[in-house]
Amino acid sequence: MARPIIDIRDLSIGFTGRTGKTLPVLRNVDLTVRRGESIGIVGESGSGKSTLALASMGFLKQGLRVIGGSVCFNGEDMFARKRSELEAIRGGQLGLIPQNSGQSLTPTMRIGAQMAEALELHCTLGKDAYHARIIDLLGQVRLPDPEAIFIRYPHELSGGQQQRVAIAMALAGEPDALLLDEPTTGLDVTTQAHILELLRDLARDRNMAMIYVSHDLGVIARVCERVMVMYAGEAVLQGPTAEVLKDPAHPYARGLLASIPRLCDTHLPVALDGRPPPPGGGGAGCAFAARCALVVDQCQAERPALMGAGNGSQARCFRHADAHTLAAGGTGADPLHHRSDGQPALSLDDVSISYASHGFLDRLFGGAAKDIPTVDDISITVASGETLGLVGESGSGKSTILKAVAGLLPPAGGQIAVGEGNALPTMVEQRRPQQLRRIQMIFQNPDDSLNPRHTVAEILAQPLRLYDGLSGQALTERSVEILETVRLGAHYMDRLPGQLSGGEKQRVAIARAFAAEPEIVLCDEITSALDVSVQAAMLELLNDFKKMKDTTYVFVSHDLAVVRALSDRVAVLYQGRLCEIGPTEKVYGNQSHPYTSVLLNAVLEPDPDVAPTLMAEDVVELSPPSTGCPFQRRCTRKQGVTCENETPPWRETGGGHAIRCHIPLEDLGGD
Amino acid sequence: MLRMLVRRLFLGFATVWIVSVIIFAGVEALPGDACTAFLERDAQGKLLENCRNDLGLNKPAVTRYLDWASGAVRGDFGVSPDGQKSIASLVGDRVKNSFLLAAGALAVGVPLAIFLGVITGLWRDKWVDILFSTGAIFAMTIPEFVSATVLILIFAIWLDWVPAIVLTPADAPALDFFPEFILASVVLTMVMIAHIMRMVRSSVIEVMASDYVQMAMLKGVPYWRIVFRHALPNALLPAINVVALTVAWLLGGVVVVEVVFNYPGLGRTMIDAISDRDLPVVQALAMIVAATYVGVNLIADMLTILLNPRLRTLSQRRK
Amino acid sequence: MTDTALQSKGPRRLGRFSVVLRDVISRPSGAIGLTLVLGHIILALISPWLVTYDFKSMDSSLILEAPSAEHWLGSDHLGRDILSRVLQGGRIALLVTGIATPIALLWGGMTGILLGLVGGRVDEVVMRVVDAFLSIPGVLPLLVLVTIFGTGNEVMVPTLAFFYGIPVIRVIRAATHDVVARDFVLAARARGHSRLSIVWRELLPNVRDAMLVEGAMRWSWMLLAFSSLSFLGFGVAPPTPDWGVMIADARAYMPLAPWGVLAPVIALSSLIIGINLTADALAKAMGIDRARKAVV
Repeated sequence: MARPIIDIRDLSIGFTGRTGKTLPVLRNVDLTVRRGESIGIVGESGSGKSTLALASMGFLKQGLRVIGGSVCFNGEDMFARKRSELEAIRGGQLGLIPQNSGQSLTPTMRIGAQMAEALELHCTLGKDAYHARIIDLLGQVRLPDPEAIFIRYPHELSGGQQQRVAIAMALAGEPDALLLDEPTTGLDVTTQAHILELLRDLARDRNMAMIYVSHDLGVIARVCERVMVMYAGEAVLQGPTAEVLKDPAHPYARGLLASIPRLCDTHLPVALDGRPPPPGGGGAGCAFAARCALVVDQCQAERPALMGAGNGSQARCFRHADAHTLAAGGTGADPLHHRSDGQPALSLDDVSISYASHGFLDRLFGGAAKDIPTVDDISITVASGETLGLVGESGSGKSTILKAVAGLLPPAGGQIAVGEGNALPTMVEQRRPQQLRRIQMIFQNPDDSLNPRHTVAEILAQPLRLYDGLSGQALTERSVEILETVRLGAHYMDRLPGQLSGGEKQRVAIARAFAAEPEIVLCDEITSALDVSVQAAMLELLNDFKKMKDTTYVFVSHDLAVVRALSDRVAVLYQGRLCEIGPTEKVYGNQSHPYTSVLLNAVLEPDPDVAPTLMAEDVVELSPPSTGCPFQRRCTRKQGVTCENETPPWRETGGGHAIRCHIPLEDLGGD
Repeated sequence: MLRMLVRRLFLGFATVWIVSVIIFAGVEALPGDACTAFLERDAQGKLLENCRNDLGLNKPAVTRYLDWASGAVRGDFGVSPDGQKSIASLVGDRVKNSFLLAAGALAVGVPLAIFLGVITGLWRDKWVDILFSTGAIFAMTIPEFVSATVLILIFAIWLDWVPAIVLTPADAPALDFFPEFILASVVLTMVMIAHIMRMVRSSVIEVMASDYVQMAMLKGVPYWRIVFRHALPNALLPAINVVALTVAWLLGGVVVVEVVFNYPGLGRTMIDAISDRDLPVVQALAMIVAATYVGVNLIADMLTILLNPRLRTLSQRRK
Repeated sequence: MTDTALQSKGPRRLGRFSVVLRDVISRPSGAIGLTLVLGHIILALISPWLVTYDFKSMDSSLILEAPSAEHWLGSDHLGRDILSRVLQGGRIALLVTGIATPIALLWGGMTGILLGLVGGRVDEVVMRVVDAFLSIPGVLPLLVLVTIFGTGNEVMVPTLAFFYGIPVIRVIRAATHDVVARDFVLAARARGHSRLSIVWRELLPNVRDAMLVEGAMRWSWMLLAFSSLSFLGFGVAPPTPDWGVMIADARAYMPLAPWGVLAPVIALSSLIIGINLTADALAKAMGIDRARKAVV
């Protein structure tokens, strides 16, 4: 076999903690990558995966240091090299594609200048050949109009374009190996699918070695041949992708798989209880012992080594042979489904929302364009006890609609009503307390939605004091009771949000919403800031509340699999307009709006056998067209001028399923 | 971009206008007027009446404001109460001298401050940083008259290197002031350097920790090239505004320093005018200083808009 | 269980304060700064019992005497004991600025929060006025008011409080804007809390840190202005000693009696440096980048 390009041996990296002890963030990791190989590193936040990737470039973040082991690139230790040697390798033979290209491109330099710098440092071309080469590279990453991109500044590009520029920049050095640190995180599904296809093609054409770091098993499944699963700074499982994703030989990997919601699975994902130990907090035994279903005494006493687990994989587990008995998906609880025939709980009637508000000076100087509403023509009725999923890419107006329902944004037109036609005042300040308590909202990021200066007790006391007038002992008792329903104990009462983990914070936020005893709960991307295993726990929690209280949910998410797991009905939004609405299984079925098809086909499942289909271009549109179908500019099935000029009609397929498209139903695919 | 510039320009003019109203109203609200001040407090009857008629003080306040403001726009601030000299000519040389002092301090201070800010930021927590950052706190906090006094004590009295106070007349050519204003500008420069340095340092630290600097490192860009091409253009953009704000401090701080060194500038004129209750002169000086301040900040904002690609291309992107 | 939850409420509040305090003290700048500030305050409080000489009494036999066993810091050009005068000067400076600073912080902070919340046209117009005030050099209105109305505390305190409250508006308005944009304020609005309760419960705890640091800075600048005024001859009336006046008087005799200048210089500088070091350490402990706020 060829000599490995990257050879990491027994690498441990750590930092000095407050007590002066050395705390490891990476423990005894081995990794070898050869030319043409692509290896995925998966793990949740804090698992050390990014540290490992950066260490393979000989780079450590501030405060970290190598405790032991070595990182060799082409046979030489990276940490023993001189700075000038490192500079020659980085960006040259070893390229990096960073997580957030928007922030990784220097804001004051034009794209052309940044690319030219990469060429100048790592390429033997003459200066006069730069321009042609850059245009060529930008073309290779399938950027439309490279000449225009060349003179742009980074902030003038969309997220997908920035990511492509970062890829082109890495290619400029003609790398032998490419490191990808969550390169598609934060991008819309369709963009992500396009970028991944591009990377696959590039790796194949150039026979590069790739290390692909991601928290998303679906992404790994798409691009990698081998996978390494990280947990608490250790490699706990490695092996061929198919093996690791289909029948992993480590309890953590199985738990992780089971916690991922899938399009093809109607069960709720299963949460992984507990949380990983902090650096240095793992004790003497296996780091996963505390959360493991198969734990035996040996696991507590002794740290397992990586051992062969059959089919080419290695697991750091004494009980790897029994791991296969654990479920890796498909065994979650059935979500509670209500049919949409109940009493209406919430109805939106022809709601439109316009963000544009012009200040005094803007008006003075004119130029306020005649604006097209951000969200328009939304009519939805949610039945009592029903869960409505709202899906769409970023900028589709999902969150805007929720804010209007909550009374935080005044709609420009239309009416929002609760129960049987009780119209709500548009702004929250005009609503009566009884109207207010019926609708509660949970926000995306608990770091932002919980006041960092309030203890959990104070956070929970707010709705209880406001709506129930509780105080003193009664208040405390009720707070503890609520806290226990979200599976947090009374000892959390005195903690500040800063002392909680991400999942715990979101539990508190959920508890606060349910403390009001609401009828309708608005969930705004409530799991997108969380790790998958924690996300599953939140979904379970919402399902439990629904069982207990028959709550109506409006669940907003960009993740189609998450929406599928929980929703009774789904509405698909594009550019603030409804494209399709109907029962979940119908919307996710064969007959759907062209945009829904694009979204569904771009979803990446953690299964190497399922490939996404790319249908539309991943263009980012800034505002919807003024007439016709909102999706006309990206639609691959556009029907000529009709789509440009006429608002498409709602076409009913039966069972409450409606598609808004000019294409006749028969041609939209069928059951 | 053009719209942003126009908007900013408009706000600048609005601010100057509000300043003029505040200054005029402020002086108006004070007991007594130019005549009572000129004729002493006990002046009454005919004399006072004549004086007021001469100076037009019997007209309604709004008319007098308009007269004053329209004059000020043309650089005519009226005549002093004794009716002999125009305020503009009285103040002109002094203002020139003060600007000379401030310009000297700026010319030396700004580059030095930026240099120090960059090196303390790059070598954060190393001895250079600790030395200069501690020094900056001292320079920034010790009152100007204290540092001026100490400097005079050391350099003029103990070492006898420079003259302790300025004796050159106000209308002397600029060069004559040179040896005398060294100490004065050192005092002014120190405080200014401290402020700008601290800000630049913190901005450099932030930028050096940014994703794009890390990315540049991982792209193999040599260190100093990262500093000059990737980090500094971003780190120094906010410095423009701080320099402008420092000019404001300079114009205020100049008052005390001029008194300490007996420097014939705007600050000392101001003190004299206040002591003599020569309010029209005070009004004129306040107006000049405030307009300068607003102007300098306006220029800084416009420069930022022009130099920051994010702001420059804002309107293009909207289209 | 619930009892422990209730009981531990008190200690936790103290908890954050003591954590910050410990952090401040653990930094060299904080430890030195806090010692200086506390030292000055304690000296000012107990000086009536320390001082053996009347700060007004002149003794022609003692004119410009060097420090001695009887007069530790020597005597000035009128034969007055410098130590007594330095101590007395500290009392007045601390008294005036100690009252004016909280008032400035209060009115500036309240206005800032209000503007940050209201936004829109009112905010735009008021901020222009604030800008206009800030563009007039600080000492000027002080000088004018003091010359006309005199230098009694009843003039100094409100004047200083008014003019030093204006920059506070700006800073607190910006801090308010940062907090208001966050989801927890939105969440409180969505629940239907009253505006007052949102300000009190959600906003104030989060701008408190900024206000504290801002207050420390304003205090030091106010001290500076106060002594600058008296240095320029517009401060406290003559027999009463003030550091600024003392420096101004002693400057004339600097070649003969440098100690007369050095004593008030050191007193004033150490207090201002102490406040600034404390403010710096406080800002770092609370995670506020003070250098970014620079001047104004």
